[in-house]
Amino acid sequence: MDYIIILIAAVFVNNIVLSQFLGICPFLGVSNKVSTSVGMSGAVLFVMTIATMATYLLHEFILVPAGLDYLRTITFILVIAALVQMVEIILKKVSPPLYQALGVFLPLITTNCAVLGVAILALGLEGGSLLKAVFFAVSNSIGFGLALIVFASIREHLELANIPNGMKGVPINLLVAGLLSLAFLGFTGLV
Amino acid sequence: MAEKVNQTQNFLKGIVKENPVFVMLLGMCPTLGVTSSAFNGLGMGVATLFVLLMSNIVVSLVKSQIPSKVRIPAFIIIIASFVTIVEMVLEAFVPFLYEQLGIFIPLIVVNCLILGRAEAFASKNNILSSILDALGMGLGFVVALTLLGATREILGSGSLFGLKFVPEDANTFILFILPPGAFIALAYLTVLFNKISIKTT
Amino acid sequence: MSKKKDTFINMVVSLFVITIISGFSLGFVNDLTLEPKAKAKLEKKVNALKLVLPTFDNNPVEDVLLIQVENIKVSVEVYPAYQSNEFVGAAIIGSTEKGFSGLIKIMVGFKPDGTIQNIAVLEQKETPGLGTKMKDEKFLAQFRDKNPASYNLKVTKDGGEVDALTGATITSRAFGEAVQMAFDEFVKNNGSLIRLKN
Repeated sequence: MDYIIILIAAVFVNNIVLSQFLGICPFLGVSNKVSTSVGMSGAVLFVMTIATMATYLLHEFILVPAGLDYLRTITFILVIAALVQMVEIILKKVSPPLYQALGVFLPLITTNCAVLGVAILALGLEGGSLLKAVFFAVSNSIGFGLALIVFASIREHLELANIPNGMKGVPINLLVAGLLSLAFLGFTGLV
Repeated sequence: MAEKVNQTQNFLKGIVKENPVFVMLLGMCPTLGVTSSAFNGLGMGVATLFVLLMSNIVVSLVKSQIPSKVRIPAFIIIIASFVTIVEMVLEAFVPFLYEQLGIFIPLIVVNCLILGRAEAFASKNNILSSILDALGMGLGFVVALTLLGATREILGSGSLFGLKFVPEDANTFILFILPPGAFIALAYLTVLFNKISIKTT
Repeated sequence: MSKKKDTFINMVVSLFVITIISGFSLGFVNDLTLEPKAKAKLEKKVNALKLVLPTFDNNPVEDVLLIQVENIKVSVEVYPAYQSNEFVGAAIIGSTEKGFSGLIKIMVGFKPDGTIQNIAVLEQKETPGLGTKMKDEKFLAQFRDKNPASYNLKVTKDGGEVDALTGATITSRAFGEAVQMAFDEFVKNNGSLIRLKN
């Protein structure tokens, strides 16, 4: 039951992009085509899950026992940066087709605050366990993917629309994101 | 003389022409996430300004000592150290703000504005230019966040910096302090900013 | 100064040096801020206690009782207050997960007879502008000087006496529940609190 609540909360109610404002940069940056946004979502799912697993273990078994909790931010970002590099190298060797699909997005993910954000938020889960933290990361990356893909589909349609000059580009995208976020607001109180 | 003009421009560019929020769209997560009031926006802006200034100084000082292949990890360590310092100082001395900003404090690390300036500017320029660049960009960020926070607070809670100017039970546009309001307010502020900056240049 | 070459040694050494420096400086700042951090936390608690309790001259934080309750994972904190060795009231942390966005944590101060002295909101994540109005004087005032033994803490919609906040019935309901929980704990422990000091 706990897990179902985590999933629904992360995907709809507290959507990581639209209500928590994490991962806005890729959300605005790589959402002009549905195909690229699918690739990005896949890469985030991959990295976020592995990174949360790694940081959770690091925090639980090294930082806390050693009383070095205050080094959380610096160790987490380094672990994430190193992981992204490693994933890139391994993918290149092991699965070239997957690397082709996700490769270009991987370097961008280091500075995706959603990854670091989820890694930190996962520590604060109630009755936390490794399984729960990983599940939380997967749910959040699904939420990220959902928001990104829906947003990209809307943007593809926007290209054909007649938009006032001053609103072209960034402002109209922000406005669309706002309306999307308003729609997701309807899910509050669900869990 | 030309040198002086250059430095002034170097400082001013961050505030208007290359404003990190309205023009370059950097650091959007904290921009949208913490600006539900003017005070929060200001606090976040100042914290970011501090990290940006310190990291720009350090990066421009040590740039020649770092082999270029490992410069990005080196920059990240430098930035993360300053962010952690900010985190600890805020928790100790401004606990109220620390609670309000929450997770967005550690996330200053991944603010693309800071790594971006370290990589694109401080690693190529001397210390004076780097300081001016950081101050200009940082102030641009502070102004943008405070402006957005003020707009949302005025519309959403009918107050500014916590001072209420509408009756206690007046209806305000609560939408603007909710998440969608962040996107919508920023959209219109960007339009306004573009309009003004086109006129002045 | 010329740019350092990308040799393996150079890369390892420069990263190592940076990490060492940052590690030491962070440790240093951590030591510096450790005390103010603890003090800030304590101050917040003491301020809340001063707000909800009648005047007292003991240190409730030191006299705190932790009570294990069945259906709640963490123990309930009870802060007794004494004035010249006489029991004048107790502050109890009440919490509920049923707020609109989850956890609501409040501190309720009771007089010895169970009347509510005052309430302070400690933690909440409710909707800004709607649920957060539970911190407002207007909402809190209706609990003051009421005894939950005779005052129904449910919202008027559910047959109680609490006027719900506009647009935030769920928050108001949860708030009443948290107060009720604190009161129940108070009643259970009232006897032992009076005896404690004497």
